[in-house]
Amino acid sequence: MAEKPASEYRGSIHQQQKDLMLDWYQRLDHAAGTGDPPTVSMMISGNCVELLEGFGAIPLYPEVNALQLAIRHQSLEPILAAEEMGYAGDNCAYVKADIGCMLKGITPTGGRLPKPTLVLCNFVGCNTYVKWFEHVAAFTGAPLFVLDVPFLRGDQPSQADIDYVVRQLKEVVAQLEKLTGRKFDYDRFRQSVAYSSEVEDLWSQIKHLAKNSPSPFDAYFDAITLMGPLYVYRGKREGVEFFRAALNELKQKVRAGEGVYDQERFRVVVEGPPPYPYFRTFRDMFASWKAVAVASTYSTVGGLWEFGFRHDPSCPFESVAMHMLAQNVTNRNYLQRYDQIRRYVQEWKADGVIIHFVKSCRLFSAGQGDMRDYFTKQLGVPTLYIESDLEDPRYFAEAQTKNRIDAFFESLEHAKRTAGHAVGV
Amino acid sequence: MKEFERTFDSLYEGMQDLSFAGVRNWKEQHPGAKAVAFFPVYAPMELVHAAGMLPALLSGAGDRLDIQHADSRFGSFICSIIKTTMEMAMTGHLEPFDGLLFSSICDSARNLCFVVKRNYPQIYVDFLHLPHSTSESSVDFLAAEYRRIITELERLGGTPVQDAALRRSIELYNEQRRLVRCLYELRAKSPHLLRAWESYVLVRSGNLMPVEEHIQILRQALEYLPTRPGKKRDAIRVVIEGSFCEQPPLELIRLLENAGCDIVEDDLAIAQRWFTEDVPLAGDPVRALAESYVQRSVYSSVRHDFSKPRWEGLAEKVLGTRAEAVIFLIAKFCEPAYFDFVLFKKKVDEMGLPHLLLEFEEKLFTFDRLRTEVETFVESLVFD
Repeated sequence: MAEKPASEYRGSIHQQQKDLMLDWYQRLDHAAGTGDPPTVSMMISGNCVELLEGFGAIPLYPEVNALQLAIRHQSLEPILAAEEMGYAGDNCAYVKADIGCMLKGITPTGGRLPKPTLVLCNFVGCNTYVKWFEHVAAFTGAPLFVLDVPFLRGDQPSQADIDYVVRQLKEVVAQLEKLTGRKFDYDRFRQSVAYSSEVEDLWSQIKHLAKNSPSPFDAYFDAITLMGPLYVYRGKREGVEFFRAALNELKQKVRAGEGVYDQERFRVVVEGPPPYPYFRTFRDMFASWKAVAVASTYSTVGGLWEFGFRHDPSCPFESVAMHMLAQNVTNRNYLQRYDQIRRYVQEWKADGVIIHFVKSCRLFSAGQGDMRDYFTKQLGVPTLYIESDLEDPRYFAEAQTKNRIDAFFESLEHAKRTAGHAVGV
Repeated sequence: MKEFERTFDSLYEGMQDLSFAGVRNWKEQHPGAKAVAFFPVYAPMELVHAAGMLPALLSGAGDRLDIQHADSRFGSFICSIIKTTMEMAMTGHLEPFDGLLFSSICDSARNLCFVVKRNYPQIYVDFLHLPHSTSESSVDFLAAEYRRIITELERLGGTPVQDAALRRSIELYNEQRRLVRCLYELRAKSPHLLRAWESYVLVRSGNLMPVEEHIQILRQALEYLPTRPGKKRDAIRVVIEGSFCEQPPLELIRLLENAGCDIVEDDLAIAQRWFTEDVPLAGDPVRALAESYVQRSVYSSVRHDFSKPRWEGLAEKVLGTRAEAVIFLIAKFCEPAYFDFVLFKKKVDEMGLPHLLLEFEEKLFTFDRLRTEVETFVESLVFD
């Protein structure tokens, strides 16, 4: 039976993360007041934050704003405001929260957010991004550039795909030179790519620490904490310092044999974004079973590094293109995601897969029934399928979700005891 | 020519036929030849045609197929056409097709492509990335993408695709598109001579037959229709927007007309009206097709041209057809249409035009609520 929830691990990296993210919001506030530094709206998935460094510009991530609002239980008001102006109940709630905030002047920290110097839609797989940024540009009057990243149809991008993205990256450079009045600093760009490569190496090592049993951190819930700095500071010295400290702290835990809970009872892989409006509640449902996520697909939206990819300062444009095209979960094809999860289950030694369907995000969720069929029937991996939303608090059925999670772990426990196989719930 | 009246019924039957008898017949008459189907919205049919194959454009299954298996693969909040297409695959309905092509219209359609690919490894399933940008580099990219598809088709068919054959295919499809444009002009000018549902059947049925045959039918139609006896009626001129992928039941189009609307423009099954002008026949035909897509496409919710907002396209359509109202006819869970509705609505409001939003599903079979909504809308305009 479910026990009293244990509290999750909170190391010094959590505080450092908070400080870094607050600092970022302060700089955005400063930019809102003075126009300095230049800011570029971008999407998290396959973001090309390194390019911005060449202009001393900072990223503005509407998704981070949206999730911050949801986690602080402030998302419903802007969602309703957006619905009032015509957005559908079934539109992505991230978009609605963001647009609603823009109209109502709400920000996650209370500080100001600048009108972006450029709205750069880096697309990567999510068609909703294109609409979202088109709307942001229409409502703010900021210039829009759509960087069209061909979706990965096969296993690897073609040379034509890479050439296409590199050409567009250079078009973005030209446009930013015009908009900021600054000359693109190629050396600084290359240095940023080098920092990214270091951060990615550290981050990848962190991900692989979850192969230990017990895992020193939860690769879904705790990984999300680390994702903020990964996207904002990846191409900076601060990022390298932060991830070095994080790795050391987690390595220390491995040496001490410390896990997320006093005992690690289940190891799972989680697919899909979390229900941010009920983030804590949701986490507690796993905590009560001392179930730890050892890997997650959501932590690879911004980049997939645990299988070896690194940015390369010797060919910065090409490696940024490669990252956008092939090394983030959203631009990879759906069957590659199955394979990614399969590797997690096998190499990270998981007991099962949790598939979290979020109604906002069809990129993640359309076809997850088939994914489940693949894992349960073809691979014999126990799966749990649950539904809610990443931003809209109206779609979280707490009792039902808890029941399903409890039933899944009860069945896993039973299977472990009888050394047989658990069935999906 | 009066016998042409009966054509509508037979075309309607062909369009609704989930056994794809027309495609099967064609394959029987062309032993060894392949058929390749596209999922909506736009489809470069020329590529398949030039490979000596029969291209077809799917439109879901309407209310003619119960969803019994597809729900387990595609859960809640996913539009019907994704599920009916999956159901057709799972129940053997797509068996006449040797290949299935999907394109970058939305996230659900993209994932469907790969789910189909996993479950049906014996057929050729591919994903075509149509650019979301209109720069010169997009043309180069799309030309390369078309060449990639051509290579796959050559592998499937076993014969190389020659430039001359592709040019001939482009010429044929140019002719089809030209005739369809004429049909729409006729309808906008004289809605009493051609009802929207009839024009819809004339056009959409062409998605499942050889283009040569379709051209003949369109020619006959254009010859006959101006002579058709028809009485002008007192109706409101409306533009329909939002049904570019999943298709509303024919009954719903009729319902709108019977309620007093002359549908003078729409984006129903828009593939055959995709280009604003002919695809050039001179030069490299692959590049000509790519360039036409990038630079000379109509506006659409699934295509992005940031040099000219989509809502300006709608405004021009409304002004060009002297429409008095816009009806947004949107498939349930169609996110591209939902998003566009917000900015379309803003534009239409600025133009001072009345508009109505209707949501449908292809499998809809009771229309009472929609009829009431439409009738109320029309009355409010007539008695304004």
